[in-house]
Amino acid sequence: METERNERIGVLALEDGTIFSGRPFGAVEALADGRRGEVVFATGMTGYQEICTDPSYRGQMVVLTYPLIGNYGVASDDVESRRPWLSALLVREYCDDYSNWRAAESLDDYLARNGIPGLCDFDTRALTRHLRDHGTLRGVIRAYPASAAPDIPALVAEARAVRSVSELDVVAEVSTDAVEPWLAPWTAGSPLPISEAAGEGAPRVLLIDTGFKRNIARCLAQRGLEVIVAPHDADLALVRRLRPDGVLLANGPGDPESVAGLIELTRALVWRERMPLMGICLGHQILGLAAGARTSRLPFGHHGGNHPVREVRTGRVSVTSQNHNFQVDAASIPRDSGLYVSHINLSDGSVEGLAHEELPVFSVQYHPEAAPGPEDNRELFDRFAALIARERSALLAG
Amino acid sequence: MPTRDDIHTVLVIGSGPIIIGQAAEFDYAGTQACRALREEGKRVVLVNSNPATIMTDEGVADVTYIEPLTVDVLRRVIARERPDGLLATLGGQTGLNLAVALAEAGVLDEFSVKLLGTPLDTIKKAEDRELFKQLLLDLGVGAPPSQTVTTIEDALAFADVIGLPVVIRPAFTLGGTGGGVARTRADLARIAESGLAASPIGQVLVEQYLKGWKEIEYEVIRDANDTCITVCNMENFDPLGVHTGDSIVVAPSQTLSDREYQMLRTASIRIIRALGVEGGCNIQFALDPHSFQFYVIEVNPRVSRSSALASKATGYPIARVAAKIAIGLRLDEIPSAVTGKTVAAFEPALDYVVVKIPRWPFDKFPLADRNLGTQMKATGEVMAIDRTFESALQKAMRSLEIRADALQPIPLDGEAEVAEGREFQPNDVRLWRLLDTLRCDTADGMLEALHAETGIDLWFLAKLRAIVKMEQRLAAHLLTPQLLRTAKRMGFSDAQIAAFTPEMEEASAVRAQRRVWGILPTYKMVDTCAAEFAAQTPYFYSTYEQENEAEPLAGAKAVVLGSGPIRIGQGIEFDYCSVRAAQELRAAGVRSVMVNSNPETVSTDFDMSDRLYFEPLDEESVLNILDNEAGLGAPSSSLPFPPFSSSSVSSVSSVSSVLNSASTSALSASSVVQSSPLPPVVTQFGGQTAIGLAAPLAAAGAPILGTSVDSIDLAEDRRRFDELMERLRIPRPRGAAVRTVADAVRVAADIGYPVVVRPSYVLGGRAMEIIRTETALERYVTRVVAQFGEHPILIDSYLSGREVEVDAICDGDDVLIPGIMEHIERAGVHSGDSFAVYPTRSLARDEIAAVARHTRAIARALGVRGLMNAQFVLTEPSATPGANVYILEVNPRASRTVPFLSKVTGVPMVPLATQIMLGKTLVDLGYAGYPDGLWPAQPLVAVKGPVFSMSKIVGGEMALGPEMKSTGEVMGVDRTYPAALRKALIAAGISVPARDGAAFVSIADRDKDEALPILRALGAAGYTFYATPGTCRMLAAEGLRAQEVGRISEGDTTIPGLIRAHRVQLVLNTITGGRGPIRAGIEIQDGFQIRRAAVESNIPCLTSLDTARAVVESLRDDGGYDVLPLGAYRQRPQ
Repeated sequence: METERNERIGVLALEDGTIFSGRPFGAVEALADGRRGEVVFATGMTGYQEICTDPSYRGQMVVLTYPLIGNYGVASDDVESRRPWLSALLVREYCDDYSNWRAAESLDDYLARNGIPGLCDFDTRALTRHLRDHGTLRGVIRAYPASAAPDIPALVAEARAVRSVSELDVVAEVSTDAVEPWLAPWTAGSPLPISEAAGEGAPRVLLIDTGFKRNIARCLAQRGLEVIVAPHDADLALVRRLRPDGVLLANGPGDPESVAGLIELTRALVWRERMPLMGICLGHQILGLAAGARTSRLPFGHHGGNHPVREVRTGRVSVTSQNHNFQVDAASIPRDSGLYVSHINLSDGSVEGLAHEELPVFSVQYHPEAAPGPEDNRELFDRFAALIARERSALLAG
Repeated sequence: MPTRDDIHTVLVIGSGPIIIGQAAEFDYAGTQACRALREEGKRVVLVNSNPATIMTDEGVADVTYIEPLTVDVLRRVIARERPDGLLATLGGQTGLNLAVALAEAGVLDEFSVKLLGTPLDTIKKAEDRELFKQLLLDLGVGAPPSQTVTTIEDALAFADVIGLPVVIRPAFTLGGTGGGVARTRADLARIAESGLAASPIGQVLVEQYLKGWKEIEYEVIRDANDTCITVCNMENFDPLGVHTGDSIVVAPSQTLSDREYQMLRTASIRIIRALGVEGGCNIQFALDPHSFQFYVIEVNPRVSRSSALASKATGYPIARVAAKIAIGLRLDEIPSAVTGKTVAAFEPALDYVVVKIPRWPFDKFPLADRNLGTQMKATGEVMAIDRTFESALQKAMRSLEIRADALQPIPLDGEAEVAEGREFQPNDVRLWRLLDTLRCDTADGMLEALHAETGIDLWFLAKLRAIVKMEQRLAAHLLTPQLLRTAKRMGFSDAQIAAFTPEMEEASAVRAQRRVWGILPTYKMVDTCAAEFAAQTPYFYSTYEQENEAEPLAGAKAVVLGSGPIRIGQGIEFDYCSVRAAQELRAAGVRSVMVNSNPETVSTDFDMSDRLYFEPLDEESVLNILDNEAGLGAPSSSLPFPPFSSSSVSSVSSVSSVLNSASTSALSASSVVQSSPLPPVVTQFGGQTAIGLAAPLAAAGAPILGTSVDSIDLAEDRRRFDELMERLRIPRPRGAAVRTVADAVRVAADIGYPVVVRPSYVLGGRAMEIIRTETALERYVTRVVAQFGEHPILIDSYLSGREVEVDAICDGDDVLIPGIMEHIERAGVHSGDSFAVYPTRSLARDEIAAVARHTRAIARALGVRGLMNAQFVLTEPSATPGANVYILEVNPRASRTVPFLSKVTGVPMVPLATQIMLGKTLVDLGYAGYPDGLWPAQPLVAVKGPVFSMSKIVGGEMALGPEMKSTGEVMGVDRTYPAALRKALIAAGISVPARDGAAFVSIADRDKDEALPILRALGAAGYTFYATPGTCRMLAAEGLRAQEVGRISEGDTTIPGLIRAHRVQLVLNTITGGRGPIRAGIEIQDGFQIRRAAVESNIPCLTSLDTARAVVESLRDDGGYDVLPLGAYRQRPQ
């Protein structure tokens, strides 16, 4: 793919007036009307397909810092949700010549088919450095004929009008609206074959769909748990009706404060129902908010697969996969909530995990399901399964 | 948490001489380790036999021993220094094997020395093929079907079970020595034999050959708290079957999805945990390209060549971190020097592509087998970084310095041709062949065909095709700013572009056009974190992008050119010099900017200089760096960017303002040209690579520090140099420079045979030969003209005699000669391959005075400012004192012997030379006023011994001659010559029984008289002899017992059989020349096959009677030697 050949040029304007120009790819036609979103960067060197299909990126354009993207094509097994969600994919070089035994199509074709535009052939490291220094910025991308002179001031004005994820109801956009059992195992070639569907009497986990990644469901199912997916606006009545043995609050896009109903539900489940509960990412922030803590926005978030996290009680460090813009403020966690900070980020000291002194509840800011990223934290799912089992046996005994 | 408080003194074992498979990467690792340990307050005792290393420089460790790496020596060091801990995982396979040997000999227990870092049990588990296989089985991680065997019969029997081909992997060896892929039963028998011989425990693994599987490596680190991280993964361009040291390697992996990447990462972590490694570990996988099936093929529980590459590729200092872990620190307690924010418990994120290409020595060995397999053959490697794969690859190709960018014809140096039908078998030129093939056909079908033939992933082949397609576009289209920019992004050099652009004849025209169009390289930082954190690493690579992160360094500065890939003739010695120069510049308040392309070295450690540019050492790359440092490069961050980037010409006013600021910041030394906006360049220390750039850089306006370009030319230009010697009345062998066969024959007839011939402007005696007949001369000249082209050939009368070598430091007026070395082998053996003794042994007082006088005269006449090396030959003493001292060669630059001489004399040669370049004089520095300029001889004897890697270079001729063949060196230092010599021989791996051995002897007729006393001495020591008929008669006449053996050429294979069965412990064979079938212009004689048999059976094989005499002398006395810190030898004994 060569710069000269394209008839169109794509221009990215940021709200602070910074301009980048490159070559559009993917759903190029979507850029005629402009694509808007917050611009964030992700540092993982593999996993573009998982990133594209991670619902947490709804409302955001993602610049991948690794410069060669598309190398291994797109495989049907590696989608983390039913479609790609991000507003646009920004890369240094899109490689159309892909090669991998599982690849079914090129990334270009996949994005085009799903209405997601991309921009390539520009200095993505300069953009990344700019975002690092100035924080997440809103932006707009438009495509123009190569001969046209874009109206830059208008474009910058348009970028300034882009709504941030806090102003959008992004969770509703990505969530299912039905209760459904998780039945989608991997297809052929899985290195981690999913166990037989949970048997009769298997513990049941309610996975609240705020935009969960499929690998969360897979990790639960692999541990012999029956997984039921419920919409983000599930209420206590629904949960009671479904009679889960545990609830998993998943990852998802946007500002945790905007999912008020779920915060309420969580408060009820944890502190009234003594429901075993595990939170991941957005779910972790929701747990914090439910306990009365505050959340705030990080300058440019954590998006990558190399973040070291220390478990406070053991001192053990593990490498984690992360994708979030908000954090739970440690100082704001009410003492009487019973929650304590279980994990912290080694690079910036931010809260990476919460746990309750007594209740069967814990959460992590990072992604133990990985996909993409390191698989070093899968034992958190074991811990959740163990909590559920303990509570069940306590209940039976009691 | 503090470091272990039970450890105060740490013993660090180095890796010894540079050999194939164990090179500069261990100097880098060891130097980092010493610094890391001392930072934590530990006392470091270092032992290494290699004087060319930076780690053995005084000041790196607290106490430094340059002694042979044997159990006996180490035991004595331990008894003397009483270390609490031993760090053995940073000295390569040598260090690891020694640690095991010390433990098994009970030395560690005897002196209560704790093995730090990775436990002994782990080392054994990882190195012993059988134990390792069991460990993998226990983990449920697959290993290919395999069996460990200890006999050839068992190997054959197992192959019958699993079928051929199979891979042979010897246990406890380095660089796959003795291993290989066997496709036939005969192959298998042969390889199994060599593998069993190579393995110190006589064990090999026979393993199913996984053809076409991907080879993927992970670098993993674990601390005692069980925290594990992977620093980097790497994908080999060449599929399984080629040793990773001989593979083109790419970091990070390019064709793995996240699932595959994480699957192997997780397996790596499980393995390092199960092994219990504390420190660094390299794990190599074979990955089925058509499924998730993978196997573990190799684990190195230590830092390695791959970990050095990974460190340079990521900016993460693996050896440093491993050393800290060894003394009890945890990964999260070790701060990152790069970001200041992160800790060592962090996995680097790359936002660029890294390509490594090996550098092979086949140019030195025309007969050698160029095919690549599981046994490593490369002497060195280059690395390049860029934001596109095409550019990283092309920059790496240029960095090889084999005059072959992607465009050049296949660089088949020497005459060896690759057999028909095996064009795409792995070899050193396969990359060029692939490009050539794609030039004829870029269709998908051709990609598929090449993939089917080679197993190289289609992704890589498609990238090669992209390079070819760009060539075709350049050829077909008028050069536009956009096309030029795109070509530069893909790594095309100005010279390559010029070759396709009719309107631009030369690279300089493309360069000028780039300036006009504002297409200038930008420099990006290697920061370990893909820009997520603001980093301060002064480590940059070039790329054609928008934002330039390398603003010119403020203040006085100088650019030091490194020496590129390690090759025979240009080794680690030059890295030593470059690093010491950079350090001295800093000490003098001048900021040092290092340029180098070699990932193994200390010089490319980013904190060895104020700034590191990891770039090819070619004219274009260096000039771009000089421009950038002068503020004439691409503008730094200037957001918002213009919407269309194609031609943003820098405004005139901004350029001139930068010019002004640059000139005010230029170096304020008297020797520096003030008018140039470019920063001054140091070209003296980077071997021929750097000195070769002096002229073009000077022509482009760069000030060259120290000796002028004209002086360099004066020393290299035959005619000018002859005139100068004439004027100085310094005798030199008669000769001339010629360009044609006719001229050569005429000159040779005039001066008389034998003659020494060589191309001018080469290093390491490249293609240098002694020629005795006119026919041979004609053949030689024809070949060399074809090979080396433009430069003339030098023909000199061959003077047989004692050869001495001098390094001197000159400030333009005063001269200091730190020492004179005398070679043990007479002139005709390349100085790099000679044993050399300091101080001289046979030189009379007047001869020493003449050497000193000539050296001083030449240094002054050339106007040397810095270092100079001179080689002399001394014929039989003459009536006129000193008239028998002939000058052979002068190099106005740092030589191979600078680190050796610096260490034995205590004269800081590189720092002095650097200070002189900055304008100081020897008087200023307190080094003037010695009689004859001679530094006082030290109360020690030091012998430099060459070390060869001939067992790795299958089919290579090992006989000594004027062309250099050794890959490394060792030093034996002691109070007396016999002790120093013995140590050098031991360290060089030449050990023969003192008594009652058996020797195979075959002496050319012309050498027989001279050989007799040596053979008598061996006979007196109880040796028995096997000999060829002529030699046998001579021995019988002397009353020495000898058994006659027949000629191989006449069908008698007794000799190689005896050698392979280790029935002899020494082979003495001088070259006959002349007979035998001719292949590639070199005769395959009995001798050649005998020598190969010896090399492959690891039996000392001596081809020079001078070396043989020295070996025999070393057998004579009681065999005692001292073991002392280096500095102690320089003090007079009480």
